[in-house]
Amino acid sequence: MIPELGHIALILALLLATAQAVFPLAGSLTGNRPWMTMARPLAYGQLVFVAIAFLALVEAFLTSDFSVHYVAVNSNSLLPDIYKFSAVWGGHEGSLLLWALMMAGWGAAVAVFSRYLPLPVVARVLGVMGLVAIGFLLFMLLTSNPFERLFPVPPEGRDLNPLLQDPGLAIHPPMLYMGYVGFSVAFAFAIAALIGGKLDAAWARWSRPWTTVAWVFLTIGIALGSWWAYYELGWGGWWFWDPVENASLMPWLVGTALIHSLAVTEKRAAFKSWTVLLAISAFSLSLLGTFLVRSGVLTSVHAFATDPERGLFILLFLCVVIGGSLALYAWRAPDVSEGGRFDLVSRESALMLNNLIFVAFTVLVLFGTLAPLIYEAFNLGKISVGFPWFNKMFVALAPFLALLLGIGPAARWKHDSPWRLTKMLWLAFALSIVLLALSSRESISGGDFWVPIGIALAGWLLFSHLTIVRDRLKHKKQPLWQALKADFSGNGRSFYGMVVAHLGVAMFIVGVTMVSNHQIEKDLRMSPGDSHEMAGYRFEFLGAQKVNGPNYRADRGHFRVYRGDRQIAELYPEKRSYLGGGMPMTEAAIDAGFFRDVYVSLGEAVGGGDWALRLYYKPYVRWIWLGAVLMALGGTIAVSDRRYRSASVRSSAPAAAATAPA
Amino acid sequence: MAKSWRFLIPLIIFGALVILLVIGLGKDPRKVPSPLIGKPIPEFSLPELTDTGRTLVDDDLRGQISLVNVWASWCSSCRQEHQALMVLSENPDFQIVGLNWKDDAQDALSVLRMTGNPYDRIGYDPDNDVGIEWGVYGAPETFVVDQQGIIRYKHIGPVDRKVWEETLQPLIAQLKAEG
Repeated sequence: MIPELGHIALILALLLATAQAVFPLAGSLTGNRPWMTMARPLAYGQLVFVAIAFLALVEAFLTSDFSVHYVAVNSNSLLPDIYKFSAVWGGHEGSLLLWALMMAGWGAAVAVFSRYLPLPVVARVLGVMGLVAIGFLLFMLLTSNPFERLFPVPPEGRDLNPLLQDPGLAIHPPMLYMGYVGFSVAFAFAIAALIGGKLDAAWARWSRPWTTVAWVFLTIGIALGSWWAYYELGWGGWWFWDPVENASLMPWLVGTALIHSLAVTEKRAAFKSWTVLLAISAFSLSLLGTFLVRSGVLTSVHAFATDPERGLFILLFLCVVIGGSLALYAWRAPDVSEGGRFDLVSRESALMLNNLIFVAFTVLVLFGTLAPLIYEAFNLGKISVGFPWFNKMFVALAPFLALLLGIGPAARWKHDSPWRLTKMLWLAFALSIVLLALSSRESISGGDFWVPIGIALAGWLLFSHLTIVRDRLKHKKQPLWQALKADFSGNGRSFYGMVVAHLGVAMFIVGVTMVSNHQIEKDLRMSPGDSHEMAGYRFEFLGAQKVNGPNYRADRGHFRVYRGDRQIAELYPEKRSYLGGGMPMTEAAIDAGFFRDVYVSLGEAVGGGDWALRLYYKPYVRWIWLGAVLMALGGTIAVSDRRYRSASVRSSAPAAAATAPA
Repeated sequence: MAKSWRFLIPLIIFGALVILLVIGLGKDPRKVPSPLIGKPIPEFSLPELTDTGRTLVDDDLRGQISLVNVWASWCSSCRQEHQALMVLSENPDFQIVGLNWKDDAQDALSVLRMTGNPYDRIGYDPDNDVGIEWGVYGAPETFVVDQQGIIRYKHIGPVDRKVWEETLQPLIAQLKAEG
């Protein structure tokens, strides 16, 4: 009964989304005020019904209702409750439902936090979001109904994919989807602005916090996925250039470009049509990622379900949404004024270069991901793109981005003099050169020239940003620390958010550089009682024994790790066989630290109590994810900037007059 | 107006992308016909991964049925199919020959030490010399080669139980009957 209620709730949500797409949009074009005011209640209503559907599915999972096909395929009565809950989005249908829930949630959030926006803008933004929601709800109801019943009812479910039975992966998809769907808000603002023909600084200021929040979620989601791959796949790698990973990276890259270009549009009213194009692209790439993952066009470990019929639907949906918005763009963008002019040496130029590099990254990832399709389409068939190709391309471009990143925030808007910049940054540059020289020594670099380059670039980011902060505060009378505190609690939030995020980049660079060039891995065969020295740590293997988990059996190894004579960790790596079947899973055991991880992963039993196993020493690997956390934190700080709350009052009056229908 | 047509560029690029995706959708990626199917295997000679003193040549694929599996340590889908290959390696009807492709020998060897070695022999092809001849464009791919050294089938993507039961097993039974 409850699954049917969920199904009906979905249908009702579709009806409400349709109304939300039709009336407010039509109202905003004809000047029909009552129709426009329908936008908010409809957005709330849509959220209520999608939430009911979602809860109905949660209930089916928690009660192990295997008469529901989706539950039978993705759950098992032995599954711990927490994974029964996360199994809701462990497969295709449930993932879509989560997407729809978040989409409705973002819509309702826009409805709540848009009190200062002019009504036609609210109506258009919510209308566009309604259009997108129609696509997703229709897709679910027509091709991927999560509430479909199964007869005869199986006595037991097939179990959740063991890879997904993990806390990291339980929260990874929701974060990622929050990011994907969040870009729909930036998209809706852009489309609304194109429809209204009014692209101005106020528009940029409205979209900025939404875009940044979506970007923060996406950043965390991607970092979680990377962290999960690191400890769960048992290979110690943190990025694989898998099509699904690439699908999440592309919107992130464009989203990062968008955040920066929105800054220019807000402050200088420049780059307007470019910013709109980026907003459309960020969401389009989120949709494209969904298509690539769901349609089976590309094969990948992550692909939950592959089905050409679904692929065709998403492709049609893509054509309508992306094709439609790009057509609108081609029609309206030529009328957009060019905006403020700027000189060659200016912050605008730096941000333009930033955008070019990010777009180049995106194009490379898109090309690499689609390469198999491209070659097939043209019957070239003989060239291939793999992991090494992506790495080479990124390592070639990234240093330029890092160099630029130290200069851009120091430059003034509109016009700056190279001489002033040199005077300001020479010390930071000189310190980085010293760092380069110090880290070139064999004992640090290990003979690899990328190590000093990476460290010097990270140092450059740190020193230049410290300089920039000091420069900002140099006219303040108070001591530096108090001035910093006053500025931070005053109007400086978005500035300090930027600084924190950029320091996150520095941290990320150190992590990637060190772990790529200095990690040590050893494959060993060990007998119980054996010890092995590696990177100053001694690993003692005490043997392995069989243990039973709730829904798996495992061999669990026992290790003691010593540094000198002192025991620093006991590690229990596991090799699990889930009762539901499938391949055995490695659960690596990790002793995590700020400066290094030591990592043990169990291989095969090779007889007589001996095991093949793998030991890793991973210096600075945490810095990769901590860097991402800092970036996300920076975004969060920036969003809390005062002007997003108070300035909206200031800007709404003239903007309302301007966007009023003709 | 010369100024406005450039705003059409994004739409044109998207159109091209859609055409590409439609083509991709029309074909099952796991069943892409290889131009080499029905043709004899290309001549080749590669050092063996496990013992670089020995060489693996095309003649080693004649005289019995072979599954030629293209893999690499960096390829996540290869890990997924590894267990299936381990099971298949106990089947006496055919040999499994690995083509270790665009990989680092140390990485590849440690994968085998960790997860077991399903291959009878492995050619080491770090620079894609042989991969190009075979028309490999991604890993994993699995070729079925008959006793006369003719390529009979190419599977793209990981081999799992379904692929084995529905495609590979019947084909191998047929090849065995042909002798």
